[in-house]
Amino acid sequence: MASQGFRTDSARRRPARSLPAGQRETDWPGVRLHIVTGKGGTGKTTAAAALALALASGGHRTLLAEVEGRQSIARLFDVPPLPYEETKVAVAPGGGELYGLAVDPKAALLDYLEMFYRLGRAGRMLEKIGAVDFATTIAPGVRDVLLTGKVYEAVRRRETIRDGGAEVERPVYDAVVMDAPPTGRITRFLNVNEEVVGLAKVGPIRNQANSIMTLMRSNLTAVHLVSVLEEMPVQETADAVTELEQIGLPVGGVFVNMVREPFLPPSALEAATRGSLDRSEVLDGLAAAGLGRRSRATGNDTSHAALATALLEEAAGHGERVAMEHTERGELLSLGRPTYELPALAGGIDLGALYQLAGLLGEQGAA
Amino acid sequence: MTLDIDTLLDDPATRILVCCGSGGVGKTTTAAALGVRAAERGRRVVVLTIDPARRLAQSLGLAELDNTPRPVAGIDTSAGGALHAMMLDMKRTFDEVIEGHATPEKASQILENPFYQALSSSFAGTQEYMAMEKLGQLRAQADAGEHDWDLIVVDTPPSRSALDFLDAPQRLGSFLDGRFIRVLSAPAKAGGRAYFKVMSAAIGTATGLMTKLLGAQVLKDVQTFVAALDTMFGGFRERADATYRLLQAPGTAFLVVAAPERDALREASYFVERLEDEGMPLAGLVLNRVHTGPAEGLSAERALTAAEDLDDAGEHALTAGLLRIHADRMRLSEREKAVASRFVQAHPAVEVAQVPARPQDVHDLDGLRGVGADLARSGQPVLSV
Ligand SMILES: Nc1ncnc2c1ncn2[C@@H]1O[C@H](COP(=O)(O)OP(=O)(O)OP(=O)(O)O)[C@@H](O)[C@H]1O
Ligand SMILES: Nc1ncnc2c1ncn2[C@@H]1O[C@H](COP(=O)(O)OP(=O)(O)O)[C@@H](O)[C@H]1O
Ligand SMILES: [Mg+2]
Ligand SMILES: [Mg+2]
Repeated sequence: MASQGFRTDSARRRPARSLPAGQRETDWPGVRLHIVTGKGGTGKTTAAAALALALASGGHRTLLAEVEGRQSIARLFDVPPLPYEETKVAVAPGGGELYGLAVDPKAALLDYLEMFYRLGRAGRMLEKIGAVDFATTIAPGVRDVLLTGKVYEAVRRRETIRDGGAEVERPVYDAVVMDAPPTGRITRFLNVNEEVVGLAKVGPIRNQANSIMTLMRSNLTAVHLVSVLEEMPVQETADAVTELEQIGLPVGGVFVNMVREPFLPPSALEAATRGSLDRSEVLDGLAAAGLGRRSRATGNDTSHAALATALLEEAAGHGERVAMEHTERGELLSLGRPTYELPALAGGIDLGALYQLAGLLGEQGAA
Repeated sequence: MTLDIDTLLDDPATRILVCCGSGGVGKTTTAAALGVRAAERGRRVVVLTIDPARRLAQSLGLAELDNTPRPVAGIDTSAGGALHAMMLDMKRTFDEVIEGHATPEKASQILENPFYQALSSSFAGTQEYMAMEKLGQLRAQADAGEHDWDLIVVDTPPSRSALDFLDAPQRLGSFLDGRFIRVLSAPAKAGGRAYFKVMSAAIGTATGLMTKLLGAQVLKDVQTFVAALDTMFGGFRERADATYRLLQAPGTAFLVVAAPERDALREASYFVERLEDEGMPLAGLVLNRVHTGPAEGLSAERALTAAEDLDDAGEHALTAGLLRIHADRMRLSEREKAVASRFVQAHPAVEVAQVPARPQDVHDLDGLRGVGADLARSGQPVLSV
């Protein structure tokens, strides 16, 4: 397990392991469904994608599923919008494969009806008459059962392959990662059983809800939380942990995203915040670096004194920010969950950045 | 162009200010900051917040969620203004609408309906609809002289898309008015007689399937709900339409809030274009959480090179650290300027106010005053394009 006690603010990476593929040491052995939630904009999609890549690395096959109809996966991997079909979106280090799926509730409903009632062309009629819209948008809970149901099906799907002469059965996906709705909606979204209590006591949707709930409550599932080191996301993370535990869902790890390394040692940071850094030392330093003359090009006042004042002011803000992040990190660590840190990447997120984040998740034991 | 917030706030013709934008950009903070500033400049303001951060809610005296505006303590009222604030309780607002439109028996019948309960607490769009409804109520109370509010500042729900606020009420309405629901509640109303004959077989199949899939109870709940709602439905829609028109009326101004990030500014663009299409008045863009610096003249590259030189020489570690802080900030600032100037180029007529990122969350009146002052700071350098 990743350490759960208090950790210092400096980087804390573990040495890379050298285990054979398929036998990685992770904090989540046996987990096949990783559900990723967090406050809006904290990096759920990014973290889910990085986790899926990390889980795929070394010759595995993983599925990254999104459920909000936003085509976030296509945008992130810079591929055309995903059809309602599992599509390979990237290869992982060491020969793994990452598939993406944008779950569409209407298509999922028609799938069901087809499966259970052999509808044939009647499906089109249902659409026309508005019944599909009705069932997927306002019949309470149905939409969520359809969305999670599709993911459930992918987790359980098996295939038979030939290994030498023998036929072996195995799951199609070694792991499925769901880019889930944000913390504000996650409990309701995942608590499908509760949501459909008003529905038919028998019938496919109800049965499906029961099976989904059984899987999600089992040790095959982990619900991870993504946060950044700010008040609201941290608060929402703590609230979500409580709520998820209340409904018996297995809380996974906490992914601390957009972490920035402090640029000064703790004592200097404190002094910076208090405004008691040694100004003359800074002036000397600027002189030594040859900085702080009036710029002829822009006419800006960059004289030593003005520059020193400006830098000290920025340092004070930085110190305040680091102190705040330190407090928020403490809050997250006090949740007692395995914690993984992802740095704020200056260049933003592209495929290369995702590989980098995936590597870090692997090193820290998330995958 | 710089947005002149104080002129907007001081103008008695400004009656409603709507803060919209995508989630997490600072809508609630901006709405609260505008409320405080306007009140301290003499307006009698009510702020409708949707989902304030806990500490902010506490400092506005909103610990209790009772769906009614309460006076905010600690406001300087020497200019003759006042501030009320409230936090939206969407379920309660919906319940009150039902209670206000139906006989007590009918109302309780609706309130107990499981379908209504799901709809009023979880349907995507209900929160937006209820925010509009509440705005309409506050305005009506002001017009009726029940309160002396002369400015309503509205925050909008934390939707992922800024447009949800405008679209959700209609969307909810059209779902409730959707064909299948009408078929369920009164098949003959769904079309003329001939149409009905042709469709009746299909409707029978669909209803049968939905019954199998969802259970007879759900369909029954929906039927009784729609039937109960039917008489008040007209009034319901009229209200939503009236509030929508209120948003188009003179006296209403929209502020689009965005962080200087690609996604947020993309949403802001959609919103700006949409407001134009709808003939709704845009006051301007609030670019929130901008990283500006007091030492813009020193580029990230130069600062970094200097820091490395100092490190190589093995001296002045402190100065090297400060230079790295600066370089990091400048990089961020450059990225923000690049995305922001793309917006400015695409929408040159939109006035912009910038609010610097504070090192910490904004969670008290002083913080809000600070944001208000930043919003109003005139002569700010406009983003260089
Ligand atoms: N570690 C990181 N370093 C730099 N940028 C990041 C990092 N993580 C996320 N981002 C950026 O932050 C933004 C939000 O990330 P993302 O879309 O993953 O969040 P989300 O939680 O899925 O958002 P939403 O709630 O809208 O679904 C994106 O522009 C993304 O590229
Ligand atoms: N200019 C700013 N500097 C620092 N923090 C800010 C700033 N604006 C907003 N915040 C913080 O960001 C968080 C989200 O702001 P909020 O107003 O609730 O966003 P929204 O209503 O758009 O979702 C809050 O914790 C708030 O204090
Ligand atoms: Mg996302
Ligand atoms: Mg808000």
